[in-house]
Amino acid sequence: MSPHVSSPRVGGKGRRRSLAGQVERFLPRLVVAPSLAVALFFVYGYMLWTFVLSLTDSRMLPQYDFVGFAQYARLFANERWNVAATNLVVFGGLFIVSCLVIGLLLAIFLDQRIRQEGALRTIYLYPMALSLIVTGVVWRWLLNPGLGIQALVRSWGFEDFTFNWLVDSDMAIYTLVIAAVWQASGFVMALFLAGLRGIDDSLFQAAALDGASLPRIYLRIVLPSLRPVVFSAVMILAHIAIKSFDLVMALTGGGPGYATDLPATFMYAHTFTRGQIGLGSASAIMMLCGVLAILVPYLYSELRGQRNG
Amino acid sequence: MANMVRRRSTSARLWRFGLYALLIVAALVYLLPLVVMILTSLKPLEEIRAGALLSLPSTISFEAWIKAWSTACTGMRCNGMSGYFLNSIAIVVPAVAISTFVGALNGYALTKWRFRGANLCFALLLFGCFVPFQVVLMPMARTLGWLGMASSTTGLVLVHVVYGIAFTTLFFRNYYVSVPDEMIAAAKLDGAGFWRIFWRILLPVSGPIITVSVIWQFTQIWNDFLFGVSFAGFDSQPVTVALNNLVNTSTGVKEYNVDMAAALIAALPTLVVYVLAGKYFVRGLTAGSVKG
Amino acid sequence: MSALNIRHVDKTFGSTQVLKDISLSIDSGEFLILVGPSGCGKSTLMNAIAGLEPVTSGEIQIGGEDVTWHTPAERDIAMVFQSYALYPSMNVRQNIAFGLEMRKMPKAQREEAVARVAELLQITPLLDRKPSQLSGGQRQRVAMGRALAREPQIYLFDEPLSNLDAKLRVEMRTEIKKLHQRLGTTIVYVTHDQIEAMTLADRIAVMRDGEILQLGTPDEVYNDPVDMFVAGFMGSPSMNFIPVTLVSGGDGYVLRVLDGDDPTGAPLELPWPAERDAQALQARVGERLILGLRPEHFVEDETRMETSFDGTRLEVMATVVEPTGADILLQATLGETEATMRLGPKSRVAAGERVALRVDMSRAVLFEATSQRRVA
Repeated sequence: MSPHVSSPRVGGKGRRRSLAGQVERFLPRLVVAPSLAVALFFVYGYMLWTFVLSLTDSRMLPQYDFVGFAQYARLFANERWNVAATNLVVFGGLFIVSCLVIGLLLAIFLDQRIRQEGALRTIYLYPMALSLIVTGVVWRWLLNPGLGIQALVRSWGFEDFTFNWLVDSDMAIYTLVIAAVWQASGFVMALFLAGLRGIDDSLFQAAALDGASLPRIYLRIVLPSLRPVVFSAVMILAHIAIKSFDLVMALTGGGPGYATDLPATFMYAHTFTRGQIGLGSASAIMMLCGVLAILVPYLYSELRGQRNG
Repeated sequence: MANMVRRRSTSARLWRFGLYALLIVAALVYLLPLVVMILTSLKPLEEIRAGALLSLPSTISFEAWIKAWSTACTGMRCNGMSGYFLNSIAIVVPAVAISTFVGALNGYALTKWRFRGANLCFALLLFGCFVPFQVVLMPMARTLGWLGMASSTTGLVLVHVVYGIAFTTLFFRNYYVSVPDEMIAAAKLDGAGFWRIFWRILLPVSGPIITVSVIWQFTQIWNDFLFGVSFAGFDSQPVTVALNNLVNTSTGVKEYNVDMAAALIAALPTLVVYVLAGKYFVRGLTAGSVKG
Repeated sequence: MSALNIRHVDKTFGSTQVLKDISLSIDSGEFLILVGPSGCGKSTLMNAIAGLEPVTSGEIQIGGEDVTWHTPAERDIAMVFQSYALYPSMNVRQNIAFGLEMRKMPKAQREEAVARVAELLQITPLLDRKPSQLSGGQRQRVAMGRALAREPQIYLFDEPLSNLDAKLRVEMRTEIKKLHQRLGTTIVYVTHDQIEAMTLADRIAVMRDGEILQLGTPDEVYNDPVDMFVAGFMGSPSMNFIPVTLVSGGDGYVLRVLDGDDPTGAPLELPWPAERDAQALQARVGERLILGLRPEHFVEDETRMETSFDGTRLEVMATVVEPTGADILLQATLGETEATMRLGPKSRVAAGERVALRVDMSRAVLFEATSQRRVA
């Protein structure tokens, strides 16, 4: 490379940028700068702050007597945290799998040249527009043993029908799954449907000419090509599951007892109502770690895909 | 697809019939909660106690709606949902407007004036979409306190703008990437600068993505509970927090019809938006995900 | 005075150098075409002229003024893009007037300019339409109108015709040529289409790998190429490159075609015109060289005389015959190369037959085999 890298070789009055040129050069950075500053402070700064808090002995108010990782030790020894973490695995796993299965089936069925497809799609998807609080309130009503679905089925003559999961500590976690799946499966359907629409029709025709049956075509050809959709659906659903807080608050309140606590409600309760800011912060950091554990491999594969594509 | 089902043999007909039956049953299941909500909200309390979740109300009564709107108790107070509904509007309108505008500017600067570090900037901003908000709750509570914005709708506007920018920037960036660079180059040669190009060239073609961003932000902020319950005072609670309080208020008789009416009131704005602009709603959901 | 003067311009992206010490100057009213394969740097050079991409070093002058660090807006340049880049939210009138408005031209004058340009390009009936309501050719005209209305010092055309279908492309090519002749505008035009370059340009700059290989009139570039790349790039079908050995014979030089036999089994030899570059060739006797012959340098020898009359006669086996209507393209083996020859439309040659040809060796060119540089 030449020794005079950045400045033009030949001198002259135009060597420097005009004022307009200077402004034009820095304006874009200037425009993005506030957002970046906001992100650095309110996202990254806060993450650090919460991490620092998780290393302290803070109770009702934040204070900075450091106790190392003692709060994490307390957290892992905490029965309620372990229930919450286990619940998250059960809830998250069931929620994701159910949404994927239901969403995929609905999408495949809807992709068979269905009349009124638009209306059906609208119906499957509308719960996604609702607040999780509303979802919680209505399912709490439906699952109410005295007046909800149990009472309804009994009134049809099935006197022994029991569906009282809401008040059963062992089963209450599944009511969260039901409500959450009702809310989000339509969204997964929309994702899959978009993916299916992206598949070339000639693929179906070619496979049919080869003598493949419809189910076989879906299993062997369509599903593999939907892999990226499955990937991003899992990503979003996992993210919803980890952050889910509203639904628990409205549907079960974490109860019976703390049978349906999730890390999000655990964190909230300890930070804001039980005066255990240090412990709450530690649980928040664990949630962040959970998100990163999903996000990092996802982003890695996305970025690698982009580089290859 | 499905060209192959065109010739209708008996088995094919059976398959079509089963298909429709299945889809319709599924639709009924999805609709059930909404139907029950509406029916219950229109029934008097005695009728509800008598059971029959799905029976039509013998007399349609809007009493529960009126009570939910104006006199139902949410915690200590008994002013109904109306005040909180207005709080939500007071939070949503500025927060949506500001975050969408900032997102548009960011997307424009990041894609059409690619400066060194633009991609890093975007990556740093994008992480805001994924951070679990529990991590920011405590520091945000402290910050709002220092700023004197604790327990105010202004504070909630700030919070929603701060954490909404990540999404709106993502939307606009992905949209503006597909706007040809040559158009911007043409405008530059025509003598337009940074702001003129934004206002005169880019914003006029941004209709669809503005709609997506507004709808996304609207539903997110309207439906938010976590920030509302963490940072709002009694006078600044959004409608979701009020709904939760109303349903959980244990004093007096449990009025299910009022609960349902209140839930519908809280749900109505986003439902209306969804019905009117469902296409953009879906696009926002998928834009925030597939392209994420 | 030169309208555009580019001096020693370099441009690097990271570690790759996309423009290498480019210098050229264009006179006022000149039509210069930058041509080359994709990735040769021609679009980068154009963007550098427009100010859309800063140069790493060097200087760009427009109308005698150093504009190296000026913004695009400050350069008094208009550009017609491959994608036309019309503003979709504005109608044709607004599209054309936008640049004038940005330059604070009063409204009445703006309208006058729009009317004048619309008249010139015959798009007056389209003025109130949106770009989405126009056909490709109409968009192309509007894009040109937007540039013309500005009356800038220099027009830049970035592959403006490549999105049009073949017929429209020829029409617009003629139209651009007419406009240039009529208005005397200074134009820098980028294309990868060598026919566009040949038909439109006053001068052509052939580029490869960020360098200008040759800058000259279409005639110079076509008939007097500096190396095998330029020779092969200009002209369609391409020039034939035939490996030969230079032999000293009789009163001049002879080119012995490698692996070539004439029907009698004797080595195939083509005599090099006496006097032509005799000095340069003297040192290369016995060397392996590349002979460049364009398809039209061959003529069917209808006399079919048995005796060779001037030594440029040769007989080849036709492998493929492709009639194009206007003429007939003949593929035949010449030594180790499959050569293309352009014969008259009346030719009766059929594949598998032997054909007698004459070669116009006065227009032949010779290259060095390794460096691919021109020898003679």
